[in-house]
Amino acid sequence: MKPNLSVNIGKLKLKNPVMVASGTFGYAEEFSDFMDLKKLGAVVTKTITLNPRQGNSPPRTCETPAGMLNSIGLENPGIEVFIREKLPFLKKLGVPIIMSVASEDGPEEFVALAKRMDKIKEAAAIELNISCPNIGHRSNLPPKLISQDPKATYKVVNSVRKVTQKTLITKLSPSVTSISEIAMAAQAAGSDAIALINTLSGMSIDVEKRKPKLAVVTGGLSGPAIRPIALKMVWEAYNKIKLPIIGMGGIIDISSALEFFIAGASAISIGTANFVNPKISIEIMSGIRKYLARNKISGIEKLIGSLKI
Amino acid sequence: MVQLKAKIIYNKKFKGDYWHCIIDAPLIAKKSIPGQFVNIKLSDTLEPFLRRPFSIHRIGSPAKGNFLPKTIEILYKIIGQGTEILSGRKKGEYLDIIGPLGNGFDYTRTHEHTNTRTILVAGGMGVAPLVFLSEKIKAKAKVALIGARTKAQVLCEKEFKNSGCDVKIATDDGSAGFKGKVTELLRQVLLTNSRTHELTNYIYACGPKPMLKAVAGIAKKYRVSAQISLEEHMACGIGACLGCVVKTKTGYKRACKDGPVFEAQDII
Repeated sequence: MKPNLSVNIGKLKLKNPVMVASGTFGYAEEFSDFMDLKKLGAVVTKTITLNPRQGNSPPRTCETPAGMLNSIGLENPGIEVFIREKLPFLKKLGVPIIMSVASEDGPEEFVALAKRMDKIKEAAAIELNISCPNIGHRSNLPPKLISQDPKATYKVVNSVRKVTQKTLITKLSPSVTSISEIAMAAQAAGSDAIALINTLSGMSIDVEKRKPKLAVVTGGLSGPAIRPIALKMVWEAYNKIKLPIIGMGGIIDISSALEFFIAGASAISIGTANFVNPKISIEIMSGIRKYLARNKISGIEKLIGSLKI
Repeated sequence: MVQLKAKIIYNKKFKGDYWHCIIDAPLIAKKSIPGQFVNIKLSDTLEPFLRRPFSIHRIGSPAKGNFLPKTIEILYKIIGQGTEILSGRKKGEYLDIIGPLGNGFDYTRTHEHTNTRTILVAGGMGVAPLVFLSEKIKAKAKVALIGARTKAQVLCEKEFKNSGCDVKIATDDGSAGFKGKVTELLRQVLLTNSRTHELTNYIYACGPKPMLKAVAGIAKKYRVSAQISLEEHMACGIGACLGCVVKTKTGYKRACKDGPVFEAQDII
């Protein structure tokens, strides 16, 4: 028996449910030496903004227990340069490309980006990054995120929904009181799927210098350290909303990937683990297939939300 | 670049806290350029979680007459958890290693040219890539300036001599060579040469940031071309995460992919 790994995320059909998370895979070119990129379920691009962004001052990363902090600040060349210089490589992959976009200036920029992406045939879906903790710091304090407010979340998703028929994925922040409240707002506004979770806002200090390890003080925590939080949020959202969930947060091996499906994720994204082992996503994908075969489960759909309580 | 499991064939302390590790990795060795690095997963656990970058110190074993390079060598000092773990790894064990990575030294301008002089400026551990570079540059006029805090920390004097360098040493406490900064030695070397105008100087430097800043300042003053190798905290090492950027005249550049070697005058 060969288990069926295909899943649907809105109108988007994936041949397997293993994707790579935005910001951890560049524009895929960087990984082509290590793996057959065609085997991926989908690639989510590094987040693109309307205008080029130079990003935050370095240092931008530091290691933390079982994870890392980053404060890149969405460095990217802007949508037009992306289309001209990065998209041609992505087009050739034969893998669904999910365009991660973010706004530096309210819902209007999301609408402008969505309109532009809507015209690109190869854009399989649009991921709304309304949860990056690294732009708009307020005098060294973390920024207020769109996805920390259900009304603001609704407004952005709804505005974008009106201008594109493409599959819309809304990526949410774990730095909230109730994840299901925000997920429901995104669902009500017409999102096709929810991506959970973006990094957690965090910080680290060099005690000798008494200085923050990141130049902008706070950053986003990722890696296995955040996995239990991510998993719980996927489980909570799965019980509250009907939309498919793309689960991520500290997945580094087959077992941690399976946890997310069982908790309710329809697909998963590999993030920080790509830095440690560039071909981990492919290894996890084949491990999921073996797990399903070994347990005589006909397809991944049967595993989703199968937690026994 | 490749990712592979490579066997450790030597891993011993060679001086003070400094260690020398030789790894059997022909696929990496044959493609390596001085200034490039390898990114090594030091443990199978989550601590440390990320890989650690190490400058390629040498390839093959030229002294033993190996023609095709089969090994890569790294030098390290125990400074934290990662290097502590590495020092405990034994001969015969395997390391998960990615390399060669980054943009190395462009030494075509001095290589085999008779009218140029190569000046290597190393601070502390900065000797590591410069030995590899020195072994690659065939030109006769080569000077290696080695800086350290004290005599016990002067590294690779013999290796530079064996590769044909005129070696000069500077120590902060004067326990070996010139008492003072290695950059002061650089200034003296440039001054001597500027009186004769016989040779065009090229500087290649690696070491702590303040030293590299001083090298860039001196190079600018004396109008000498200088390449410097920078060390930054890296997450991915392959150009994807944009975590290790340095500020240049043309915006942020990735130390791991656009560097670690940069033209000194491009760095802000």
